[in-house]
Amino acid sequence: MLGPLPPIVWLTLYVSGVALALATLAGVPLGAALALNPFPGRRYVELVIYTGMGLPPVVVGLAVYLFLSRSGPLGGLGWLFTPPGMIVAQVIIALPVVIGLTSAAVGSVAPGLRLQVRALGAGPRQVMWAVLKEARLGVLAAIVAGFGSVISEVGAVMLVGGNIEGKTRVLTTAIVLETRKGNFELALALGAALLALALAANAVLLRLGQRARL
Amino acid sequence: MSAGYELRVVQQAYDGSPRRVVLDVDALTVPAGEILAVVGPSGAGKSTLLRLLNFLEPPSAGTVVFDGAVVPPNPPLSLVRRVTTVFQQPVMLTGSVWDNVAYGLRLRGLPTETAVSQVLERVGLAALARHSAAKLSGGEMQRTALARALVLAPDVLLLDEATANLDPYNVGLIESIVRDQNQTRGTTVVLVTHNVFQARRLATQAAFLLGGRLIEAGPVEPFFTSPRDPRTAAFVRGEMVY
Repeated sequence: MLGPLPPIVWLTLYVSGVALALATLAGVPLGAALALNPFPGRRYVELVIYTGMGLPPVVVGLAVYLFLSRSGPLGGLGWLFTPPGMIVAQVIIALPVVIGLTSAAVGSVAPGLRLQVRALGAGPRQVMWAVLKEARLGVLAAIVAGFGSVISEVGAVMLVGGNIEGKTRVLTTAIVLETRKGNFELALALGAALLALALAANAVLLRLGQRARL
Repeated sequence: MSAGYELRVVQQAYDGSPRRVVLDVDALTVPAGEILAVVGPSGAGKSTLLRLLNFLEPPSAGTVVFDGAVVPPNPPLSLVRRVTTVFQQPVMLTGSVWDNVAYGLRLRGLPTETAVSQVLERVGLAALARHSAAKLSGGEMQRTALARALVLAPDVLLLDEATANLDPYNVGLIESIVRDQNQTRGTTVVLVTHNVFQARRLATQAAFLLGGRLIEAGPVEPFFTSPRDPRTAAFVRGEMVY
């Protein structure tokens, strides 16, 4: 009964893990830059980011679907109903979360710290690194929240991935399918696997946070 | 090595409505190798002046000459690194006292071991080298901040009310280290203080700022014994309420 579980768990980890890595690589520097560099219109950018943090995944899925569909502007990539397409959708979901929470964490670091490290001879990148280091617990919380936003979402991966067995089926879409089929036992097992996965990933991130606190 | 400054018609203003001019200095010379005390009441523009001297912000107008050369609007890091500041509220970076003192050397890719040990001995913190900087007392934090600046062997050391919140023991210790740094290594020092007694004890030159304007500047003894401007006289006699 649990035969299909390992590949589904693996694909779930792969899609959400890659999406989180990409969202972190882009979102942490962008969030820090947003907090550290005042510019005209920053409030509007923040408004867009904070709105993005509440984006309904199904709407993201619809937009990505339209972009990746054969007649869409990125149809040539052939990413619809593939893991790369699902990763794109999840990056769009996680990115505003990581940017917004990183920006808030960096913004809460004492402004005197920036002046202090500049006075000690830090260049712009060294200033950003010093501030990120001081805000690391908040940045870690941003990454944890980003992971939470993608591992549990179903709407975007369902639309963009299509829930194809052995190809794009992940834990959330499999739960929906098995519930509809009345296979509640398997649906519950999949749900338990999803929870275990989220627990394990958050335990790793929190362990990193404890080390950072020392 | 030491270096001095010349400020020519320097103005610093911040955007707002109305535009706020916080510093307006026609001419000020900071001679190389001297200790200049900048005194004045709160809001006089003293800290703004230090930020200009550390090249942390460019002036809105005018020219700053450092070591004989005009400072460009975006000074290179190599120039900024010749100057450093110790602030009134020292911000400790996460880590040990050693980590904090080594920070600037690491930024420059310089070896830390000997230099950090020596400077920690100098400020009396060798025994606390591995302690968390966040758990130090106020005086220990300020001595860490001073060590963090001195280890860089700066041409200019800027002190922004660096002893304002400290007990007499720590004030005396920091003053003696600063004096030694100036006399034995020729480091130019600009010291911002409310405390006219400290200015007189430590400085060779003095300047009085009021409302962003430079009222008077010159060698320390005549500045305190026979000031030319009545506002300077009122301030050094403690008659100016601030």
